[in-house]
Amino acid sequence: MDAALECVLRQADNALVLGHRLSEWCGVGPVLEEDIALANTALDLIGQAKLWLEYAAEVQGAGRTADDLAFRRDVYDFKNALLVELPNGDFGQTLLREFFFDAFHLPWLQALTASPDARVAEVAAKSAKEAAYHLERSAETVIALGDGTDESHARMAAALAYLWPYTGELMVDDAVDLGQDAMPLPSSIRPAWDTTVNAVLAEAMLTRPDSDFAHTGGRSGVRHTEHLGHMLAQMQFLPRAYPTATW
Amino acid sequence: MAQEWPLWEVFIRGQHGMSHRHVGSLHAPDADRAIKNARDVYTRRNEGVSIWVVEAAQIAASNPTEKGPMFDPAKDKVYRHPTFYDIPDDAGKM
Repeated sequence: MDAALECVLRQADNALVLGHRLSEWCGVGPVLEEDIALANTALDLIGQAKLWLEYAAEVQGAGRTADDLAFRRDVYDFKNALLVELPNGDFGQTLLREFFFDAFHLPWLQALTASPDARVAEVAAKSAKEAAYHLERSAETVIALGDGTDESHARMAAALAYLWPYTGELMVDDAVDLGQDAMPLPSSIRPAWDTTVNAVLAEAMLTRPDSDFAHTGGRSGVRHTEHLGHMLAQMQFLPRAYPTATW
Repeated sequence: MAQEWPLWEVFIRGQHGMSHRHVGSLHAPDADRAIKNARDVYTRRNEGVSIWVVEAAQIAASNPTEKGPMFDPAKDKVYRHPTFYDIPDDAGKM
């Protein structure tokens, strides 16, 4: 696959998969206000996914639509980082995953606004405003829960131990990143990510794990977790079972 | 949840030049979070340019059972309304 196209799909699939994960909270959030806030974030991300997928479909030039790309690709065609496909777990785990992604997403989108590809810059500029709010909200919640009750702290510590090895992949460069020039190298975001994450974890009374080990295989698509297939089975059921259905 | 978050009343200004209007209420642990929750609950369809929140417990309200003494005396005093003037068309909307 063309490196430029693959890079666009990576943006699209991060947003689509995380957006779908967050939508799973709709109607079962711990309080009404958080339920609505998560649904809003999910809609923001799915909106971003639509913009990226429309562009990917154009770049691909095979007559496919954004919907085709969202609903008619299988697990190994998805190029999202492993972090975003992990199960929601409890509310704290969902928000910590969101925070780790947001802490990458905002500086990443800001960097993309300087892309020589005008379309990439345009989508990034629109998405960055949403990402800024997402980060504010998720960071606050992580701090509130980490520095909350004994139980909320214990749950956040467990979520941190589980999620940490999946965070590194967001900022590991591979051949695809090196083979194109529309987007900067993901590793260039590492200093900004570290600064945000260190500050928020400290305020949340959580200890940053020592390990730099990073699970990879999501962005390349070659080794997704077992969770993505189950998620896609739900997400893609309707258009696959009723291919002619329209809204 | 054992302890409910306090209730906040939400006021939103729809556009510049208009005043804030009460739109509803919500629960939040503090003022900052109440504003964020208000943003997510009440402005998702582009309803506002400004949000005020105030903790519901901080609002002093008139007592509904005293409605009569409070408001009825104003009912028959039509001369308190400026309805006896002819307003020139040029004055526009008052």
